[in-house]
Amino acid sequence: MKKPFELHADYQPESFEFTKAYQKKIKDVIALYPPGRQQSAVMPLLDLAQRQVGEEGAKATPVYGGWIPRAAMDHIAEILDMPAVKVYEVATFYSMYNLAPVGKHLVQICTTTPCWLNGSDGVVKTCKDKLGIQMNETTEDGQFTIMEVECLGACVNAPMVQINDDYYEDLTPETMAELIDILGQDMKPTVGSQKGRACSMAASGPTVMLEGAKKAKVV
Amino acid sequence: MSLLRDEDRIYTNLYGWDGADLKSAKKRGDWDKTASFIKKGRDWIIDEVKASGLRGRGGAGFPTGLKWSFMPKDSGKPHYLVINADESEPGTCKDRDILRNEPHKLIEGALLAGFAMGANAAYIYVRGEFFNEGSALWTAIHEAYDAGLLGKNAAKSGWDFDIVVHRGAGAYICGEETALIESIEGKKGQPRNKPPFPAMAGLYSCPTTVNNVETIASVPTILRRGGSWFAGLGRDEKNAGTKLFCISGHVNQPCNVEEIMGISMKELIEKHCGGVRGGWDNLLGVIPGGSSTPVLPKSVCDTVYMDFDSLKEAGSGLGTAGLIVMDKSTDIIYAIARLSYFYKHESCGQCTPCREGVGWLWRVMVRMVQGNATVDEIDMLWDVTKEIEGKTICALGDAAAWPIQGLIRHFRPEMEKRIMEYRKNAA
Repeated sequence: MKKPFELHADYQPESFEFTKAYQKKIKDVIALYPPGRQQSAVMPLLDLAQRQVGEEGAKATPVYGGWIPRAAMDHIAEILDMPAVKVYEVATFYSMYNLAPVGKHLVQICTTTPCWLNGSDGVVKTCKDKLGIQMNETTEDGQFTIMEVECLGACVNAPMVQINDDYYEDLTPETMAELIDILGQDMKPTVGSQKGRACSMAASGPTVMLEGAKKAKVV
Repeated sequence: MSLLRDEDRIYTNLYGWDGADLKSAKKRGDWDKTASFIKKGRDWIIDEVKASGLRGRGGAGFPTGLKWSFMPKDSGKPHYLVINADESEPGTCKDRDILRNEPHKLIEGALLAGFAMGANAAYIYVRGEFFNEGSALWTAIHEAYDAGLLGKNAAKSGWDFDIVVHRGAGAYICGEETALIESIEGKKGQPRNKPPFPAMAGLYSCPTTVNNVETIASVPTILRRGGSWFAGLGRDEKNAGTKLFCISGHVNQPCNVEEIMGISMKELIEKHCGGVRGGWDNLLGVIPGGSSTPVLPKSVCDTVYMDFDSLKEAGSGLGTAGLIVMDKSTDIIYAIARLSYFYKHESCGQCTPCREGVGWLWRVMVRMVQGNATVDEIDMLWDVTKEIEGKTICALGDAAAWPIQGLIRHFRPEMEKRIMEYRKNAA
């Protein structure tokens, strides 16, 4: 379980403002819903707040990742003309909103049955050992937080983790360790299968559309 | 029954070898004669989908054409098509491939389905974790607007149509259609009581139909090739067409593949996945249709067919067609207990039997994994699943109950053995 929502915690900032660039995005998002239905934009706005904080955190020392301060929720309530408690309700209901500071790289490890069958225990152990932290903890330098998550919907590419927006699939303890090394050096690893296979195709090669596979130079 | 031929495949870019862009999609046959289908009228589209035998690909298997016909003709309110891309059922990862590799099939299908139900707008609810997939879909939607395929007079059909992607934020329950609607309205994703059904009062209290991604994305090809083509594939008229299968777990080559509805489970696994790890005789059991469908032991897997009615007869279900394969090395009790934890985590907390009961199931299952229980408690566990099943607003309670029922039905001796071993060690 991730950290709970604490209204009066020390880390809660006094105020929150969206930057000019984000204000433009907010306007565009609200316009996607019918007039008078602006409350529909509460989820996208929470996401935007988290992203803005994450962008600021990437430049800070020590670094931190995207999360949603209470002040941002209050501000969103004003923008959308809804009671603040309704925003808190939404923010606390959905698991992807971080309600307390997290590391710059939020490593979410899937351990649900399909990933577990294919070795997610080894991925979890690698993360804990290599980073020296337990689940829901952040490294001292603010670089990494690890957490257990429920099925991320990439089961034929198990085991897998999500780090910020990206999926890393077909992992082994070794490739998981490499991912941490690459991210720790501020470089971007290859997203997707770490075995190099195309999406959900069988790793040994396709069993269907063989002519197409030849044309696409997959085999 | 023969395997699906390549010329009968709908998802020819399932693996993303080819581009997801509009130009590549058109080369694969998408957006061909779209306007001509709309000019044939709402009833023609609905009748053709009915004739195809297409049943909802999200798990429940309700006939799609019939569902569409429940939408009122003239309600005086806006109508909405909502597409469920909140793919979160453990074992299932098929819609993800459509979103990232075949988004134009989904967009074209949305226009056709939307028109058939009098909807001028569709909301596609993509699970929040699918960030890149949602972005790929947005890219394709913008391409479609730029090419005049969406917006005013979409695809020169005379019908105005808009599509919005709404991203979720990590809640399995939003795959339930009314929770999904609540979520789009900017609320907690808690299912609504039915009736009223969404076709009467759904999104913003307007007539709404919620369909799965694969259901909608299959529609353009069905209309182009004819309902009778689709109906002619598959095992019988009630289990028709092609289906995307996701095979994970202990197979040599886990993969997604489009196959004929009603292919035998053994053939599916042996032909496309390199067989079970260690050979077919090393198979312990398979969860055939996503985590909520009861596990089947090898003896059933030997002969069962992968379709709605065959799997129902076998005491399980096709669900989302996500197969979780387990070989004999598997601690089957833990495998199911982990699913109990999943459902406990994902219960929305609204109905008491689910909120309290599913946590109770998990806590007892933890003891069952250790063997720290009594044999009577297996019966009590069964009874409690029966007190949850059918007694909640939505099917999450059922989904939590069924895996444990499947475990007790087929693997009770294993549970008893674990209890005996624990006692022996304790003494």
